[in-house]
Amino acid sequence: MSRTRRRVRKPAARLSPPRLSSRDVLHVGSAGLRARPMRVFLSALGIAIGIATMIAVVGISSSSQAKLLRELDRLGTNMLVATPGQGMFSGQDTTLPKEAPGMISRIAGVESVGTTGDVAESVRRSENIPKEETGGVAVKAAKDDLPGTLRASVASGTWLNDATGRYPSVVLGDVSARRLGITEPGQQVFIGGRYFTVIGILGPVPLAPEIERSALIGWDAAERLLGFDGHPTAVYERSADDRVAAVRELIARTANPQAPSAVSVTDPSAALQAKAATEGAFSTLLLGLGGIALLVGGVGVANTMIISVLERRHEIGLRRSLGGTRGQIRIQFVTESLLLSGLGGLAGTVLGGAATAVYARTGDMPWVVPPWAVGGGFAATLVIGTLAGLYPAVRAARLSPTLALATA
Amino acid sequence: MELTGVTKEYPGGVTALRGVDLSIGGGELLAIVGPSGSGKSTLLHIVGTLDRPTSGGVRIAGHDIAALSDRSLSALRSRHVGFVFQSFHLVPGISARANVAEGLLYSGLSRAERGRRAAWALERVGLGDRMDHRPHELSGGQKQRVAIARAVAGAPDLLLADEPTGALDTASGESVMELLHELNQDGATIAVITHDNEIAASLPRQVRIRDGEVVADIRACRAAPAGADAGADAGAAR
Ligand SMILES: Nc1ncnc2c1ncn2[C@@H]1O[C@H](COP(=O)(O)OP(=O)(O)OP(=O)(O)O)[C@@H](O)[C@H]1O
Ligand SMILES: [Mg+2]
Repeated sequence: MSRTRRRVRKPAARLSPPRLSSRDVLHVGSAGLRARPMRVFLSALGIAIGIATMIAVVGISSSSQAKLLRELDRLGTNMLVATPGQGMFSGQDTTLPKEAPGMISRIAGVESVGTTGDVAESVRRSENIPKEETGGVAVKAAKDDLPGTLRASVASGTWLNDATGRYPSVVLGDVSARRLGITEPGQQVFIGGRYFTVIGILGPVPLAPEIERSALIGWDAAERLLGFDGHPTAVYERSADDRVAAVRELIARTANPQAPSAVSVTDPSAALQAKAATEGAFSTLLLGLGGIALLVGGVGVANTMIISVLERRHEIGLRRSLGGTRGQIRIQFVTESLLLSGLGGLAGTVLGGAATAVYARTGDMPWVVPPWAVGGGFAATLVIGTLAGLYPAVRAARLSPTLALATA
Repeated sequence: MELTGVTKEYPGGVTALRGVDLSIGGGELLAIVGPSGSGKSTLLHIVGTLDRPTSGGVRIAGHDIAALSDRSLSALRSRHVGFVFQSFHLVPGISARANVAEGLLYSGLSRAERGRRAAWALERVGLGDRMDHRPHELSGGQKQRVAIARAVAGAPDLLLADEPTGALDTASGESVMELLHELNQDGATIAVITHDNEIAASLPRQVRIRDGEVVADIRACRAAPAGADAGADAGAAR
């Protein structure tokens, strides 16, 4: 103890307490937690549940939205459909001129065209089934590059070609195949008094749900065998992305120069875009529930901190006697509280991310957890940790050292 | 270290100290004795700046306590004062060495230096072979040695012990007192509160307190720089 003797008696030298390094702050702040892992687990659980709920709510809606956007990306937003609109006289349906598809394909920027025309016949599994039971499946004549324009895939079999299109063969949309009970090409369906052989079944066509519910027949065969009048009822066209607006301007006039107003032009991707937007708007109810869990978790942390301070009065007194300042006691308990809620937040983020991953995997969605949600959750735990720890920490710091040491 | 006319009143009308004058010089080893409730602990707390007097002046290491903020008092404690308590107040679950190092946390020393000094202090109190034992793996006497190591690791000017042997059996109590004697011989200034007259009599100076007043201040002849008359007082006190 020779050091004690070396000290020179200096009158009232500067007496400012040294600062604790951030590592030391972390060390004292976590000491209480390390001593009681079970309590840490339980009091961090509330925060974890709250954060997990919020992350999952946001993550799941973002993942659904990402899936739709990915789908939209695949389908493209550069397709327009021209259909007969309402005529000048209300209620009167018009048709498109026979030349419409050819004219539209000549508009600058149009890359592909597909055409369908409604055929006034029903399709049944066999002649024994009553005519009335159509199952909501429409018969349509198809020509040009319909699957290409719609970016529809042929799930099994083949698409109509010049040869098959002339004979009684049919391609079914996926919904119609299911309704008719057709599982594979080669089976037959009954249309307009004769059997047609199914040569192909399409995959889903999100941009044209009406095609999913159709039985598609070659244009020539429809005219020859089913008395189809040859007037298109829908012309699908796809153009370069930067030409969409220009094509939209021209398409009605081009399709029906005599009565442009009798042509209605729609963008089927608009509906999908709107859906993607609503999908991105998460449930505020669930988010609110997460918020309540978070609040309850915060109260739990505050409660734990108050107990911790009560239990550790001796330690507080000891630390004060060792030269700890009020500020250092305060920061110790605020750190403890922050660590507690931060731990809950971390666990909650991992849990919420995992829940989103499970949901995304089962729904074939990309896994998306927006960084702002993680950042927001982190900020929330920081705020909660500070608020929950501040009052107990201030109380701990205000304790008189002698009283803290004296209590039994 | 100097107290002049120190009075301490607790809320509720209890006057624990009444006009205490006391000065402790460097290198002294003194006992504070007195009946229960006489104000010994209160005196020790005021000497150690854990509490402020209601009136009267306290000077420690050249600082006037009344003029210092709580922050400065804390700094003063971390530099100049070491406490040893009857009930040890060790942190459970961490090693003896970590406990001692924890005592240096507020000293501003680096982590490595704190560890080194803790090891040195434990060696000093004879627990070099118990560094990694946790408090529940130590005997009462060993715990008190750890607490003493914690108090002396920062090389304080003043070591204050409130009944350090109170919770120990006679043998461990004696070895703790022996340690305090050794530390004193190494130059430490030490004040020990005790109930045990035998222990008190073995120390060079005894301050007797009753009802908040110093009733006797006795210096034994062998260590007394104060003179021969102290020897007669020491005999009378026994
Ligand atoms: N925080 C307090 N509030 C009110 N009165 C107190 C407080 N602390 C101590 N006292 C009173 O002050 C007086 C002196 O107490 P102190 O603890 O200093 O006695 P002591 O000499 O250390 O006794 P013991 O030997 O039993 O430890 C007692 O009458 C006690 O009741
Ligand atoms: Mg006492």
